[in-house]
Amino acid sequence: MLVATVIMIIRTQKLMSAVLMMSFFSLLCSCIFMVLDAVDVAFTEAAVGAGASTIFFLAAIAIVGRTSKPSRPGKTLVPLIACIGTGALLVYASFDMPYFGKVDAPIHQHVAPRYLQESAGEVGPPNVVTSVLASYRGYDTFGEVGVVFTAFIGVLLLLGAGTRKAGIERPAPPNVNDESMRQKIVLREVSDLVVAPVLIFALYVQWHGDFGPGGGFQAGVIFASAIILYALIYGIVPAQQLLPPRKLAYLPGVGLLLYAGVGVYSMLMGGNFLDYDKVASNPLDGQHYGILIIELGVGITVAAVMINIFFSLSERSL
Amino acid sequence: MISTQLPAIVLLLTLLSAPVCSMIRNGDNAWKLAMCSVWLSVAAACALMAQVWGGNNISYHMGGWAPPWGIEVRIDELSALVVILITLFGALVISALRESLRTVMRSHRHSLYYATFLLCMSSLIGITITGDAFNVFVFLEISSLSTYALIARGRDRRALIAAFRYLIMGTIGATFILIAIGFMYMVTGTLNMADLAQRLPEHTDNRVIQASFAFFTVGIALKVAVFPLHYWLPSAYTYAPKATTAFLAATATKVSLYVMIRFVFDVYGVEFSFSQMKLDVLLIPMSIAGILIASLTAVFQSDVKRLLAWSSVAQLSYMVLGMALLNLNGLTASITHMFNHAMIKAGLFLTLAAMIYRVGSSQLRDLAGIGRSMPITTAAFVILGAGLVGIPLTAGFVSKWYLISAALDKDWVWLAALLIISSLMALVYIGKIVDVAYFKEAPTEHQAVRDVPVTILIPCWAFALLTIYFGLDTRATAGVADRIAHSLLGIAS
Amino acid sequence: MLAGLFNYWVVIILMMAGLYVVMSSRHLVKKIVGLNIFQTAVFILFISMGAVDGGTAPILVEGTTLYSNPLPHVLILTAIVVGVATTALGLAIAVRIYEAYDSVDEEDIAAMDTEDRRQENAVTTVTNTPS
Repeated sequence: MLVATVIMIIRTQKLMSAVLMMSFFSLLCSCIFMVLDAVDVAFTEAAVGAGASTIFFLAAIAIVGRTSKPSRPGKTLVPLIACIGTGALLVYASFDMPYFGKVDAPIHQHVAPRYLQESAGEVGPPNVVTSVLASYRGYDTFGEVGVVFTAFIGVLLLLGAGTRKAGIERPAPPNVNDESMRQKIVLREVSDLVVAPVLIFALYVQWHGDFGPGGGFQAGVIFASAIILYALIYGIVPAQQLLPPRKLAYLPGVGLLLYAGVGVYSMLMGGNFLDYDKVASNPLDGQHYGILIIELGVGITVAAVMINIFFSLSERSL
Repeated sequence: MISTQLPAIVLLLTLLSAPVCSMIRNGDNAWKLAMCSVWLSVAAACALMAQVWGGNNISYHMGGWAPPWGIEVRIDELSALVVILITLFGALVISALRESLRTVMRSHRHSLYYATFLLCMSSLIGITITGDAFNVFVFLEISSLSTYALIARGRDRRALIAAFRYLIMGTIGATFILIAIGFMYMVTGTLNMADLAQRLPEHTDNRVIQASFAFFTVGIALKVAVFPLHYWLPSAYTYAPKATTAFLAATATKVSLYVMIRFVFDVYGVEFSFSQMKLDVLLIPMSIAGILIASLTAVFQSDVKRLLAWSSVAQLSYMVLGMALLNLNGLTASITHMFNHAMIKAGLFLTLAAMIYRVGSSQLRDLAGIGRSMPITTAAFVILGAGLVGIPLTAGFVSKWYLISAALDKDWVWLAALLIISSLMALVYIGKIVDVAYFKEAPTEHQAVRDVPVTILIPCWAFALLTIYFGLDTRATAGVADRIAHSLLGIAS
Repeated sequence: MLAGLFNYWVVIILMMAGLYVVMSSRHLVKKIVGLNIFQTAVFILFISMGAVDGGTAPILVEGTTLYSNPLPHVLILTAIVVGVATTALGLAIAVRIYEAYDSVDEEDIAAMDTEDRRQENAVTTVTNTPS
């Protein structure tokens, strides 16, 4: 089914359907992750892959138009050969791969067992993914927040206020669309019903990440999608009145600094960067507080960045 | 306390001032903050070098977790040298940035620009100091994203296309590296580089590791812009904002090269990379072709920025060649040239930026007579140009000397001859610019051109003087590089 | 053997299909779609590595001993977020390209670039003639 979806994407020239297919592909992947016991990843893929990035694509397509020209036959030959070559190399390598699902594969022998056996006593949360993400490999996650922040700064630098050349005025059908959207009562009613519970669900995901799947990333994306839904139904302008972009632009930095603040605090307390043991007098408590605060930082940054990027992309089409 | 925390501090100084910078509305204040943080990090980088001098490697455990469970930051002389390269040259460029941005952008956008610049710098430091394979990928992505954004801010609309192409190529490269890391992890179960280095030799016959090596080589070669994967580099450098080019030319590709050296020599191991996978058989012809073709292309360019970009492709090929020759002199040449070329090319692009600042174009014809109207700037350009060619008493000479000795060590006289020919080509293209600058009449519209403000002039001259200094005193460059080469090749010095 | 490696083979096909979309399509936005597919396929590769027959999700519960490997999950969580960040920036650049060129078709843009360069050179000849 995945393969079929991808072939559809290759064949189609309608960008809209390619993007929707991609969204569907993400959703399928998310199901696969679920089957493979990767609940956190499934959650994130559904929220980010099928949710956030699809919305960005749709916002971009609204600007650049929906169809693509077919590529010339001669031009597709080289990529085809390159892909088949790379694929052949991978298949060749795959014969030496440990079989799927085998318990004795090397990756289950070396580093990972300690996470499974010791994390409850060393870090605390029953969700091992959260412990590894936030504590053992907290530095990676710090870098990841950095990536999101960089994307935000980059988009702002490219699309922010004052970057648009004067004189490119397009007739603005999106405005008309907004009107018609606002008149669709069903959509409006449904969204009224949905937005508040989604926001609350985001908070639940944020604080419950220690125990079940979830955490800052997922919560951030869900929170952002509630706002984006509101903006889609009621138009950008009321949404921006609710969250003024100028103030919103501070938040990603705040989240990143909050995360780093925990690290710097632990350095001041005599530990290494991000050593939560030193955050409180009891190491386990320290880990607990540390993880809560950095997850909050992650959540703030991700939510603010997603909303910001959506605003800047969709403002362009107004 | 500070001395033990240095590895985190050197990264955090720039990484944390980036969000603060982005919040400051006033561009000038943001610039002051950026200046403070980068020059402090230069100091931190030098302190780090002092700590590791003589081979006392530092291992710093992020989050207090011992490797391989936690992420380790590992600093030896090579990474300290690269960190100094990034911070020092970055700091010099940022010092000139305020003046040079003033004409390009409205002032309230400046703070965002500085923030992106700082993010790029800190992520390059992050790549350099980390001891964890996956962490390399994370910081590589920060640096790539910030680089795309910086390039796309160029004034010409072709900057956007250049940035987009770079984004596609760069993301494919990064994903290839991710696949390579995944394969290594699949076979060994660890992500820590030192741990990987210990565990990989048992698996050299495993086809997964061989494929991982292939993916890694292609992925990083895209980033280093090894010929023929250099496709993105010339237009990216040509259309990027002028001072940005100086920074990118100095650091981004050099750090990728550092990652290549680190993985090929330390993680996969010399034995596996060269004896079994025959990396040298692949890299030597490619880099020789790169040197010749790129130098030749540079000779025929009429846009000076593009000319220097092509020359960068050729110079990068020198470094790859030195590495692939796999002897002491070659590796020393490679590492020394990494430092020297970063300095020279950043200086050249910066002085060129100074010229564009006054003349408004980088076309050769518009630079006519600039030697008389902007004498001080052009003099710096000439010194740096001499460094690029490799004239004795400049830094460029030192690294080329080692490279030619490396070729002679292998008894490859033809290679030494080729290297001299390519240096002559460099003489031709630099000479072309000097000729136009001094011996052509200035076009009437550029009669009123004069030297640039002191704030730009000082960084330009700093680069020029450093080029001469490192041409005379090679302890800090070739001396360190020699020790690093010994340890990478596993030969007792 | 077939059952043991089948998962990886599907992943390989998906990866190559994604890469093919990136390299062959002319439309810039579709290239980014391809990149997304390519990356997502790599995610499945990592998660497949971490799966254990009969294991459950790595959330510690009394009485269970066999969990899937949490480390690949963590890596992929990071990679997913990196992916969406790249997508966002790529789309932002594509939008700017559209505003500058009024097209997002690679070949049309290449044609316009050649035109730009030809004009630059044409200016050269004009200024050279008087001197």
